[in-house]
Amino acid sequence: MSPASRAARPADVVRVARRIRARVLRHTLSNNGGYLSQACSAAELLATLYLRVLRLGPSIAPAVPLPFPGPPGPLNPLSFTGAGYNGPRAPELDRFFFSPVHYALVLYAALIEVGRLDPRGLDLFNKDGSTVELIGAEHSPGHEVTAGSLAQCLSVAGGVALARRMRGEPGRVVVFLSDGELQEGQTWEAFAALAYRKLDNVLVVIDANAQQCDGAMSHVGCIEPLGARLAAFGARVAELDGHDPEALVAAAGQAPDGRPLVIIARTDPCRGVDLLRQRAPKLHYVRFKSADEAAAYRALLAAFDAAEVGA
Amino acid sequence: MNLVSRPHAGALVRFAKDHPELLVLSADLTASCEADDFRDAYPDRFVTLGMAEQNTVGFAGGLAREGFVPYFHTFAVFLTRRVYDQVAMSVAYPNLRVRLVGFLPGLTTPGGVTHQATDDVALMRALPNLTIVDCGDATDVESLLPAVHEVDGPVYLRLLRGQVPRLFPAGEPLRLGESRELSSGSDLVVLSGSVCTEQAIRAVRALERRGVSVAHRHVSTLKPFGDPELFATLAGARRGVITVENHSVIGGLGSATAEWMAGQGPGVKLVRLGVQDVFAQGASLPYLMAKHGLDARAIVRSAEDLLGGPLGVEPDELTADVTLPDEGRVEDL
Repeated sequence: MSPASRAARPADVVRVARRIRARVLRHTLSNNGGYLSQACSAAELLATLYLRVLRLGPSIAPAVPLPFPGPPGPLNPLSFTGAGYNGPRAPELDRFFFSPVHYALVLYAALIEVGRLDPRGLDLFNKDGSTVELIGAEHSPGHEVTAGSLAQCLSVAGGVALARRMRGEPGRVVVFLSDGELQEGQTWEAFAALAYRKLDNVLVVIDANAQQCDGAMSHVGCIEPLGARLAAFGARVAELDGHDPEALVAAAGQAPDGRPLVIIARTDPCRGVDLLRQRAPKLHYVRFKSADEAAAYRALLAAFDAAEVGA
Repeated sequence: MNLVSRPHAGALVRFAKDHPELLVLSADLTASCEADDFRDAYPDRFVTLGMAEQNTVGFAGGLAREGFVPYFHTFAVFLTRRVYDQVAMSVAYPNLRVRLVGFLPGLTTPGGVTHQATDDVALMRALPNLTIVDCGDATDVESLLPAVHEVDGPVYLRLLRGQVPRLFPAGEPLRLGESRELSSGSDLVVLSGSVCTEQAIRAVRALERRGVSVAHRHVSTLKPFGDPELFATLAGARRGVITVENHSVIGGLGSATAEWMAGQGPGVKLVRLGVQDVFAQGASLPYLMAKHGLDARAIVRSAEDLLGGPLGVEPDELTADVTLPDEGRVEDL
């Protein structure tokens, strides 16, 4: 447990969330492309999880990520995961599993803003030979599972939770999930199994931003009514505003009752970057179409920077 | 014929006794995969998560990340085709100690194409980090678990169930990476696996009675495919090589042999017997083995082709009992 981070004040969460958005926006401008809307939806969620929910020790990984050591295998003793950025393993500590790894940029930004990753780490983003990959894999900072084929991470985390239960460990398994993954059948197999095994040491936080690659989720498939569906599967469901840190802290802090706890965090994929609304419903990946558009976003970044100075 | 009843059921319980890290995962086929005795003996180490193989493979990966060694028992088709991406990403990529224990390999079920794993070896061979082991008799089945337990990575197993013939002495366990020499010779090489080995033994005996010198090896470790004695045997083939497998001729034993022969081989013909790139149907094993040409008669026919003429083998010769006398049950080992 990191007493300093758990004692973070509400104002810290707000500031870190703003900085996550600013950092992802800056990166998106300098690369002319990025997963910006995911930063808008998830900034408060990740800031709150890292600062006020997760019980983690300090990072044990290099501040600037190491190069890719090659895939795990019998001939590669050097392979590693990025879990060290979330601190050491210990029975009383939580484990954090990040499933929608297309958001990796947002997680990297969050790790930087909570002091677990050096800002220079982001200079390695999507560079050949780097572990700071475009779509995160288990060697990427903050990642523990190769989750890019979506909906597999929750099952793996379930296995970890079962193992921790069998060993009597008090620490929780916290999974960050995207709502698009609720269209995959495996996700529902996993929820059924978590409930059947009474794994109430699992907390799932769903970033319900209602967006997916093709656009609005309601134009691709239907996962609603999500809360009722999850409850019918045996989960304990809390539905809240994903930009309200206090609500998330309260929901995540409920005493275990035998059911896996699932928080449906309703979020706005344009939150804090209203310009994005002009691009709706195609928000999955932002690449600026004109110099004028980039200039407008640059002006927004300047406003973020001014707010930072003011704060 | 010496048949051993449910050899895996007892072997699993015995092996698990001294391996507390061993868990059994099941997806609604517990008795069908001879894991029911384990379930009754070690209920706390038996994990059922419903008929949900994709999720179960993921749980297996998570449990293995925590130091347990999960043995996921179900039918081979459901450990391969049905969950290929899950096996690739949640188990094989991170090189986890998960054991995928597959039953009903190849044509060993009347359940039809939904239950016949005729492409499983091809699929699993394509995944890095996986070890693949096939079983040919009760001795293989009984000695399989200790042979693979220490492998520091995922293992895919093809198990035989029910009444399983004993072809190899109970005191000669399966050894990972080693093929079994069943006869030595220099005219032809026969490589066989799974239930085809029993057929190959019959065929080779008939050929030897006709003066044909045959080097016959039973191959259990299909990946890594690297037994030096097997390669030396192939290198010595004078008239040809026959592979016979309970699987498609694409991607299994025949393919692995062809790949080696193309690079290092002796420059003789290779005949690959097995399912010839077709789907099978629900029917008995003898019927299907005859229809798809992976029985003793097909092996003899291939030998005749390679040697250039008929050998006059009578059908009766190919149905004789080839199993060992009952020389002691495995409980006595």
